[in-house]
Amino acid sequence: MMRYLLYLFLGLVTRSVLAQTDSTSANPAAFEELFGRDTTLRPGSQQLKLNMDATYDRPFLTMGKLPVSVGGYLEANTQYMQTNGITEGLSFQMRRMTIFLASTINRRLKFLSEIEFEDGTKEINIEFAAMDLELHPLLNLRGGIIMNPIGSFNQNHDGPKWEFVDRPLSSTQIIPSTWSNVGFGIYGKMYKKDWVWAYEAYLTNGFDDQIITNNQNRTFLPATKANADRFEESFNGVPLITIKTALKRRKWAEIGLSWMGGVYNKFQDDGLVLDKRRRVDVFALDFNSTLPTRTVINGELVWARIDVSSSYSQQFGRQQRGGWVDIVQPVLRRRILGWNTAVLNVALRVERVDYNVDTFAETGESIADELWSIVPAISFRPSPTTVIRANYRYQWDTDLLGNPPARTAGFQIGFSTYF
Amino acid sequence: MQLCLLMAGGVMVLIACDTLLPKAQLDHDLLDGPIGELTPEQNALFLEGDRGFNDEIFTPATGLGPIFVASSCGSCHAGDGKGHPFTTLTRFGQTDETGNQFLHLGGPQLQNRGIPGHTAEAIPAGATMSKFMPPANTGLGLLGALSDAQLLARADPEDRDGDGISGVVNWIDAPHFFKPQWFHQALNGKYIGRFGKKAAAIDLLHQTVNAYKQDMGITSEFDPEDPINYAVSGQAGDVAPDPEVASSTVNAVVFYLRTLRVPIQRNVSDAGVIAGKQVFTKTGCAGCHTPAWTTPKSDIAVLSNQTFAPYTDLLLHDMGKDLDDGYTEGTAKTSEWRTPPLWGLGLSKNSQGGNVFLLHDGRARSIDAAIRLHGGEGAKSRDTYSQLTASDRDNLLQFLDSL
Ligand code: HEC
Ligand code: HEC
Repeated sequence: MMRYLLYLFLGLVTRSVLAQTDSTSANPAAFEELFGRDTTLRPGSQQLKLNMDATYDRPFLTMGKLPVSVGGYLEANTQYMQTNGITEGLSFQMRRMTIFLASTINRRLKFLSEIEFEDGTKEINIEFAAMDLELHPLLNLRGGIIMNPIGSFNQNHDGPKWEFVDRPLSSTQIIPSTWSNVGFGIYGKMYKKDWVWAYEAYLTNGFDDQIITNNQNRTFLPATKANADRFEESFNGVPLITIKTALKRRKWAEIGLSWMGGVYNKFQDDGLVLDKRRRVDVFALDFNSTLPTRTVINGELVWARIDVSSSYSQQFGRQQRGGWVDIVQPVLRRRILGWNTAVLNVALRVERVDYNVDTFAETGESIADELWSIVPAISFRPSPTTVIRANYRYQWDTDLLGNPPARTAGFQIGFSTYF
Repeated sequence: MQLCLLMAGGVMVLIACDTLLPKAQLDHDLLDGPIGELTPEQNALFLEGDRGFNDEIFTPATGLGPIFVASSCGSCHAGDGKGHPFTTLTRFGQTDETGNQFLHLGGPQLQNRGIPGHTAEAIPAGATMSKFMPPANTGLGLLGALSDAQLLARADPEDRDGDGISGVVNWIDAPHFFKPQWFHQALNGKYIGRFGKKAAAIDLLHQTVNAYKQDMGITSEFDPEDPINYAVSGQAGDVAPDPEVASSTVNAVVFYLRTLRVPIQRNVSDAGVIAGKQVFTKTGCAGCHTPAWTTPKSDIAVLSNQTFAPYTDLLLHDMGKDLDDGYTEGTAKTSEWRTPPLWGLGLSKNSQGGNVFLLHDGRARSIDAAIRLHGGEGAKSRDTYSQLTASDRDNLLQFLDSL
């Protein structure tokens, strides 16, 4: 499967690369129009936004105007889902409200925070609260609560940017988006004609052993987020390293490679040995491109490796992988109902998560514990910063043993807007 | 706005059009669900038990281990159906009926997995062992409601009727928490077992308490001690406060098991199925796989006076040396196994990962293979089976698959 996704991705990239040679049909503004105006510190770099830049690429941030600016976004929806013929009925969900607070202390010193209220007030998180200090375009310091640069979605997760009500599954079930931690690091960027190259590297607090001792009955990286102490102290004193590099060519495509790795278990306590050091490593490949047809293709592939003791159950995967591809096609772009720059899109997401890539020691047969889903969508954007979206989801969840999949399908209608 | 209305309207139409929504599984393909009409109080208890059985996943923090086999009942009994080699249990002990001689070394069950920081158990030297494939858990309330007198009436230890089939009960030392009902009979302080491969559990509470402890390392008020890997960890249990499961949960799970429905037979009116049922009796299968029982009065109304078709006599039979693993429980002999119910047989692959793993350890990969492995008291019936005409055999297999 992974290979298939890879081919698909490579196919799409080459297609877009070839397509770009016809410069007349290229549309640099498409991304901007879809994803809001570019407002980062570096003027003149508007079209060269990377996924990494998303933190500062938000419409409220009119840097420099006021000492402090406030903004945020809101996401809500209704859904009707049915699993194997059984439905929980119609429900209304207030997914999240996020508030941004930012301040440009100096032209080269800025602060941004992002506070998120999820599912009403069930979860309140500081997703980002960091200070950025520029020494040189290639060398900036960032410290505080940062979003680990793994894949693209983790940093580029604002609801209004997406045509889909649900977040992509492999980015929330394997990569635990939104995954932020206390730490510090460096980042930098280099421009050359139509190219931009950037990197980020951080040391932060990391995972704990809940990734394999949770009540999901599987290896589940997001389980670490239940540990409220992780903003206060590291679980085992070993920092999590996250490194990302991305390359983008104007009007072509962006491609990002990232890795995050560290030790997740408590291997010693009070000087006494409890276990050997066990690692978790996550690799991600992200890509996006806008074709001359204004079709936006965006996707992410992820692989995770977890060192699980051979004594522990194979219920808990030692390898996971997944990915998603979104294809968004604007079909109407004009004045609609008094909105001057309204856009109507059709979109499709295909996604996959394999929680346990392995074979049973007992039978040599493949361990399942995986899902597939497809989500066709229609979205209406009265303006670039607001989206009203209708999704239909069909999902197949197969249990560990590979029994007939539970089939879930249903409709979701929702909106998301920056404010 | 018109557009939104249009979109919303469109979606409403789609909701109405249920072709886009996954169909409910047919009732007769499912094992989960209550048996008959329960009272609202009973429904609530059933749902509580369902959650305990299927949804409660134990973690080291909530008491899993320190050594264990799986982390929830549902992991081994998926959808209340049979298990998989991955969830197969290993028991170890000795070859005679003197009681398990390896309790001080971690017997009777191997916990082949350990939570992080704990080493999995290994079989001690000198012990014999057997592997047990998890059975389906359906219709157990009816089997549990039969009286000991009914079982004893079917037993024929001396084979007085000369059919080559004896059938005995397993006499078991009752655990301290066992509360006899009116229909239980004692013999020298022992009671008749009816659940498990060797009929070593007297009732569903007995089975459930053992499952919590031996399969998951979960302590309860009924049995407050963690399983321990004596060979490696000394006396170290886990650090979760005991008891790790509330008695109310254990009792709800027992109620759930008692009121879990029976599998519904499929394709009942197919000619092959009807003919196959005749062949089943003719071939002597019914000599052990008893087609009909009627319960006496029970403390749960829906279980009273019910006639049902589990295709088991709940008795132990000597199944010959091929099925003799040299391990035993209670007064059973090493070659003796309790006749398993055949209801739900055709649904086995839905919980065994698309394959079938039959007989006590899952060694038979098809119904045909399971029958051909019958020996001992089942040898005569097996031989008759192998001499059946092809069409009779097809019909019999079709019938078994409809159960
Ligand atoms: C590790 C896998 C595993 C787990 C976990 C497990 N079981 Fe079982 N179960 C088995 C096996 C194997 C048997 C057959 C055991 C025997 O013969 O003694 C069995 C037998 C049973 C039976 C007897 C069925 C019959 O037809 O005789 C019941 C009832 C039962 N289990 C209930 C439970 C409950 C309740 C739980 C959770 C508290 C549970 N099981 C957890 C594997 C498991
Ligand atoms: C002497 C009693 C006896 C007779 C007669 C008998 N069986 Fe069995 N049967 C058993 C026992 C005991 C087992 C379990 C053996 C084991 O687990 O190793 C069993 C197991 C099975 C199984 C596997 C069930 C499962 O869930 O794993 C099938 C199928 C089966 N029998 C069908 C038949 C058929 C068909 C016949 C007639 C041809 C038959 N049996 C005759 C006692 C008998």
